[in-house]
Amino acid sequence: MEAQTTYNYKVVRQFAIMAVIWGIVGMAVGVLIASQLVWPQLNFTELGEWFHFGRLRPLHTNAVIFAFGGCALFATSYYVVQRTCHTSLFAPALATFTFWGWQVVILLAAITLPLGITTGKEYAELEWPIDILITLIWVAYAIVFFGTIAKRKTSHIYVANWFYGSFIIAVALLHIVNSGEMPVTLWKSYSLYAGAADAMVQWWYGHNAVGFYLTAAFLGMMYYFVPKQAGRPVYSYRLSVVHFWALIFTYMWAGPHHLHYTALPDWTQSLGMIFSLILLAPSWGGMINGIMTLSGVWYKLRDDPILKFLIVSLSFYGMSTFEGPMMSVKTVNALSHYTDWTVGHVHSGALGWVGMVSIGSLYYLIPRLYGKTEMWSKELVTLHFWIATIGIVLYIASMWISGVMQGLMWRATNADGTLTYAFIESVKASYPFWAIRALGGLLYVSGMVIMLYNVVKTIAGAQPVEERILPAPAAAH
Amino acid sequence: MADFISPFWDLYVKVLVALSLLFCVFVIAMNMRATGKVGELQPHSWDENLQEWNNPLPRWWMYLFWLTVLFGIAYLVIYPGFGSFKGIAGWSSVGQWEKEMKAADEKYGPLYAKYRNMDVKAIAADPEAMGMGKRLFQTYCMQCHGADAHGAKGFPNLTDKDWLGGDGSPDYIKATITNGRMGVMPPFPQLGEEGAKSVAHYVRSLSGLAHDATRAQQGAKLFAENCAACHGPDGKGNPLVGAPNLTDNVWLYSSSEAQIMSNVMNGLNNRMPAFGEFLGQDKVHLLTAYVWSLSNK
Repeated sequence: MEAQTTYNYKVVRQFAIMAVIWGIVGMAVGVLIASQLVWPQLNFTELGEWFHFGRLRPLHTNAVIFAFGGCALFATSYYVVQRTCHTSLFAPALATFTFWGWQVVILLAAITLPLGITTGKEYAELEWPIDILITLIWVAYAIVFFGTIAKRKTSHIYVANWFYGSFIIAVALLHIVNSGEMPVTLWKSYSLYAGAADAMVQWWYGHNAVGFYLTAAFLGMMYYFVPKQAGRPVYSYRLSVVHFWALIFTYMWAGPHHLHYTALPDWTQSLGMIFSLILLAPSWGGMINGIMTLSGVWYKLRDDPILKFLIVSLSFYGMSTFEGPMMSVKTVNALSHYTDWTVGHVHSGALGWVGMVSIGSLYYLIPRLYGKTEMWSKELVTLHFWIATIGIVLYIASMWISGVMQGLMWRATNADGTLTYAFIESVKASYPFWAIRALGGLLYVSGMVIMLYNVVKTIAGAQPVEERILPAPAAAH
Repeated sequence: MADFISPFWDLYVKVLVALSLLFCVFVIAMNMRATGKVGELQPHSWDENLQEWNNPLPRWWMYLFWLTVLFGIAYLVIYPGFGSFKGIAGWSSVGQWEKEMKAADEKYGPLYAKYRNMDVKAIAADPEAMGMGKRLFQTYCMQCHGADAHGAKGFPNLTDKDWLGGDGSPDYIKATITNGRMGVMPPFPQLGEEGAKSVAHYVRSLSGLAHDATRAQQGAKLFAENCAACHGPDGKGNPLVGAPNLTDNVWLYSSSEAQIMSNVMNGLNNRMPAFGEFLGQDKVHLLTAYVWSLSNK
């Protein structure tokens, strides 16, 4: 095979564009289901059951995590691994397969979930034939990624690739174990696990999806795009080594904190809680390394909207990785569990961290894939930043208030020991906050529409570039 | 040992937990001495300008890590977590629940015990007791019977004089709350859709609702053969088996032709859960008085 002399940007371009599009779709469904809680007629019951909250909620989570987040991760990891290994992608045909395969998975999800075809396992709702397709794509992804690492022209593997690599390996393990199921018909299967063990496997998967998919992988993104956009070296190599190993090691234990005060054995709950607390420092290692990379060039934040996105995303990351361990403490969890507080926590991670770091990285990436250095309009990027930030603040603040309110209402008792509030009263009291949340979500998705317009303007008339592979820098200086 | 099917798994968990905590301790301890240098670059670079400083780990970050690891170890000494070791505090979630229930019973028990020997009718006249009864109802009963006790589809209205399984006396109400009730109507698919339709028209005719006279006549015959055993030859029901009176125009579901047909074809399976053991006699007594008062103003 003749050695390729240019980077494989085609698959990067495909994934990058689809990330923006799926972002709008997934977040729009989120705004719809948020609105359904305020205006129940939006369930469109007269049309059938397909648009009910229960059918669309998994569609929203799958679309934002796997379609938007997934495409952003494929795009950036393929870009970063080529650039930092100074070589083109290994097995480009498999890379192409991962793109088309992943789009098919997303379309199948968009069809089967509204039809009510689901395994009922959170964040793993897709039925067994789709699970098999995901497994094939993931194996292909691993071959492409690690194959590229193997043929790298540098002696050291850049830190971003450690995070992407751990994400690919861990997600393969999580997906295969948690999707263990017995097919009954083409679109129906039963879990291989039963009772409390099933719940434990599910949340071992669920929390590590947060840990490896939504944290480690996006830290990989951060480790490339923050120093690139800031034009500064990463703050501390040593910190990146220590927090990488501590993070990927500790995350595996944290799942049981989703099952406090349930049928899960006490000892399992305790272990889930203490390792969630131990996760605080390793999580913050990434935030420190990202934010401190800016030391000396803080002024750049003033007029660089991409850096704004990246640094604010790290702030939300730091905030939600503090909030998470606190919520895993049983005493706090007794108040927060099953309330909107959890929803707010997830979204400070999802909109604040995952969303903003992806958006910032895509704003860096997309013009470069078309031979430019900047987006068509920097003003629109700035506008997007402020709209998104206000949207997140509205979302999180309203969910904090309603979450704590719900928790307090549910535990309030009268002098004779009876409950002060019926459940429905807590629902009624939540309406104003749900309306504010829907507005916050609407602002966030509006920002994405602005982004799409800016992207279209940036690539209109531009030629996709074929960039020559840079020679690897000399090892030492 | 109940959580572990064999001593092997207990040991497995203990070894893994110990190694994991040791790993964390090792990672921090190895890095306590400042090895990096401020402002020193690592000797590698990637993609034109990607480089790394070799700054030492922030001290406060190291101490934060220490703090959480030590907290974790202390927690495992005090609470269950280290395999089958129960922790020195002797805490368990079941134990906590039992303790809280005991405390609640001691605190609230006397409030309810006060009415234990009072007649239901006398309690119904006591505003304080009725306030407590109402709050009990709003906590345990409203989910099905509604906040105003008017019921919902499939759940009886408790404010009228119509009772499915008895006479509405305090004893009857108390037995219902204590033991629950089952209301099973078997399905009659053998009647076919046509037969069910005829029966529906006959049943509607019993309470004077619009119906097709010819169909009702056909339905009467089918009713006598299939339904009369429980609902009685005149359709007035039988409280002993909980079969409702079909002539009074009180409908647990609805009087529509489609609903009655569905009931006939598919049967019904209604259940009121038993609250006797869960609430205890005193609370059941108070609830009985409250529910009785709803239809005896």
